[in-house]
Amino acid sequence: MKPRDLRFYHAMYQFLMFAMNLALVANNIGLMWVAIELATLTTVVMVGIYRTNAALEAAWKYFILGSVGIALALFGTILVYLAAEERLGQGITAMAWDHLVPRSGSFDPALLNLSFVFLLLGYGTKVGLAPVHAWLPDAHAEGPTPISAVLSGLLLNVALFALLRFKLIMAGNARVLSPGPMMVTMGLVSLVFAGFMIFRRRDIKRMFAYSSIEHMGIITLAFGLGGPLASFAGLLHMTMHSLTKSAIFFGVGYVSQLEGTQRIEDIRGLTQSQPLLGWLLVIAVAAIAGLPPFGIFTSEFLLVTSTFARLPWLAVLLGLGLIIAFSALALRLHGLAFGETGKRHALSPWRLAPMVVHLALVATAGIYLPGTVITWFRNVARLLG
Amino acid sequence: MTPLDSDIAHLLAGSMVLVSFLLLYQDRMFALLNFFAVHACVLAFSVGWQAYLQRAPHLFITALIALLFKGVIIPVALHRIVVRLGIHRTIEAVVSTGPTMLIGIGLVALSIVVMLPVTQTEGAFVREDLAFALSVVLLGFLMMITRRNAVSQVIGFMSLENGLVLAASGARGMPLVVEISVGFSILIAFLVVGIFLFRIRERFDTVDLQALDMSRGESSGEAA
Repeated sequence: MKPRDLRFYHAMYQFLMFAMNLALVANNIGLMWVAIELATLTTVVMVGIYRTNAALEAAWKYFILGSVGIALALFGTILVYLAAEERLGQGITAMAWDHLVPRSGSFDPALLNLSFVFLLLGYGTKVGLAPVHAWLPDAHAEGPTPISAVLSGLLLNVALFALLRFKLIMAGNARVLSPGPMMVTMGLVSLVFAGFMIFRRRDIKRMFAYSSIEHMGIITLAFGLGGPLASFAGLLHMTMHSLTKSAIFFGVGYVSQLEGTQRIEDIRGLTQSQPLLGWLLVIAVAAIAGLPPFGIFTSEFLLVTSTFARLPWLAVLLGLGLIIAFSALALRLHGLAFGETGKRHALSPWRLAPMVVHLALVATAGIYLPGTVITWFRNVARLLG
Repeated sequence: MTPLDSDIAHLLAGSMVLVSFLLLYQDRMFALLNFFAVHACVLAFSVGWQAYLQRAPHLFITALIALLFKGVIIPVALHRIVVRLGIHRTIEAVVSTGPTMLIGIGLVALSIVVMLPVTQTEGAFVREDLAFALSVVLLGFLMMITRRNAVSQVIGFMSLENGLVLAASGARGMPLVVEISVGFSILIAFLVVGIFLFRIRERFDTVDLQALDMSRGESSGEAA
């Protein structure tokens, strides 16, 4: 890449950070939409930065599908405004989230129902939920690895956060359709579908992209299920998945640089060729697959138990999805990390420090969560209902 | 609001649906661009009329953005790009004209069926306006699905955004923030598209998206 491209890339990265922070703090649902659109556009440019055929195709696909999703979300936002405008009066208050939530009980239920369908499909595209996920694997696989990490670790969560805000508005109205079953269905379909897809991937980044779809499915299912325990599990899972997935893409970035390929079958014996990186990757994949003592195990365990207590059949399906994804990852990891290889790669251990820190946090959270974090999550979970 | 006022609003919104149908079957690049300009102009008039009806001067700005930016600047720019890329040839649609139009009619019916019962408490005026807007949005989707060419997909996307602006302007008193930002996002979107079109040109000497098709993920190992 030319220095100009690099400068452009870093500038866009800062724009992306700005847009995502704006989406998180914006009180106005219109402004939040603008922020998420800005985040989409900046990532589109970054995904296409290598200008290979595959990168261009991925960026174009991401741009078209992301725009369509974002257009649906805007239509949903307009419908929410129309519903609110009847009760809150015209102008900015009818778009302010802190005015919408307490008063949503008096909104027209039919309009809210329709708006949520648009919002679920629209923001759901950005979350990467199963029927509308098609952009996600390409964008992850063909873009620069840091962008894969940022997409999985941040952007998907920001989009889900937007969806949750509207779920809160729906929750305040007793006469609307419950958003829970819709979210549970999409989450479950994503989980099972992505689990099967992981088996068939031959590209390492694409495989972890499907793993992100799987985990976003789990989180959406948890929030769709609702209740203090499931929402708590959802929040914890969101945090743990972000930390673990960033660590994984950090490692995968080095792997693809050192090996010069992203093809899984060409990469063998990482624990021999670069022991520290190889073992860290093994640990990270164990964490993302949901093995104890890592935080993802805790959140998945909480989710499965709370599902079992309420909807046993759903818990069976959820467990099945988790097992499929686990076995797929274990199978692929075996080829990647073990086996004989003549290659030896030099890599300064200090460069792996961020990966160690991320994984240490995930491991710590699996064993001990500080009281303040628990109270914080619990408060948010109570809010989410 | 007199009956004539709302009739004019409906006439304008209805014309947008009509122009969306015209966009669907244009098979030459320049004709497509011209009709997109018409689409944007009708949008500008429609938003301007809403501004007058609602006594909302900020909507005039939105109308002006639609007229100048989408009605003039973008079509002219795309015209130049099309000439420069040398693609003023026939557009191949995946589905032929007849079925496409039938599906389009179906989508309009769908949006009426969906929107009319939903907004019983709103005035009939807002309700019908939303049905028109949803039709334009869905026809935009249809166009994006049926076209292979990158430029016509972008036009499909912009006609879709026109439908969104129509919906936003029909919602009484919707804050300016959103309209201006919609304009801005289209600007950014357009820049992105421009960059892409040129990059696509560098790579393949065509903007036909079929040239971009490759097997999904199973042979991409060499790219990094």
